[in-house]
Amino acid sequence: MYELTDAALVARCRGGDEQSWRELVDRYSRYVYAISVQAFRLPEPDADDVFQEVFARAYEHLDKLRDDSALRPWLAQLTRRLCIDTLRSGSREQPAAEDVEPEGVDDVIEQLDEALALHAAMRTLPEHCAEILDRFFSQDESYRTIGEALELPSGTVASRISRCLTRLRGELEGEGRNAAAASSGDWR
Amino acid sequence: MSAYDEERIADLLRLLRPAPEAWVRAAQELPLVLRGLDDLVERAQADDRLRRALIADLESALAAEGYAPDPQVVEALRRRLPADE
Repeated sequence: MYELTDAALVARCRGGDEQSWRELVDRYSRYVYAISVQAFRLPEPDADDVFQEVFARAYEHLDKLRDDSALRPWLAQLTRRLCIDTLRSGSREQPAAEDVEPEGVDDVIEQLDEALALHAAMRTLPEHCAEILDRFFSQDESYRTIGEALELPSGTVASRISRCLTRLRGELEGEGRNAAAASSGDWR
Repeated sequence: MSAYDEERIADLLRLLRPAPEAWVRAAQELPLVLRGLDDLVERAQADDRLRRALIADLESALAAEGYAPDPQVVEALRRRLPADE
């Protein structure tokens, strides 16, 4: 399955291509959301504000991104800064960033980076695999719900999940190519 | 990146849950909203009274102009408005 690299996507967004902007938001929405609710444990209303502000600033400042392929770390840093601002604004005094940042933020973000790379690899699988794995693992849908949505018996759903997981694992470890690219931050 | 067994893959996939659909849609529609505000910014640059009204009470002035004063729209517009002199 063909997918634009981040750099190509950013270039198109900069050129005013609104479909590419929608794709960019789609690609990173889970990541930005996860940083605010998992790493920073923001309540949903605050996470919503951060989420919208991250994408608003990203849209406005795309031309300031020096390296188009560095979109992920740029968004992570932007999200992180806005989460800290939110936590600080909730305090009567103005504590230092390190005083409001929950413990283990770096570790959580590192895991999210890895999860994002995995999602990217998942999108290279045949569409039925990407969808079924996403529904089952990321969206927590039951065999029955997935079966109803995809018009498959539950037993087929289970075996397809297993096969697709094996395929994804093969994709990640088969040549070691994707894993190496992911750890270097160039995994698309 | 560490080695992948299927349990680890499953754990990682579970970490990235979908953001609420309405949030994603709002962020995706941002270019449309901001483009709609271009006209307002231009008018504010030409019309001192409108500019002062926007600077004095951005939310109310936006609502009076027919825009939903969402915080991100308000902030985006605030950054684009010419400063009061």
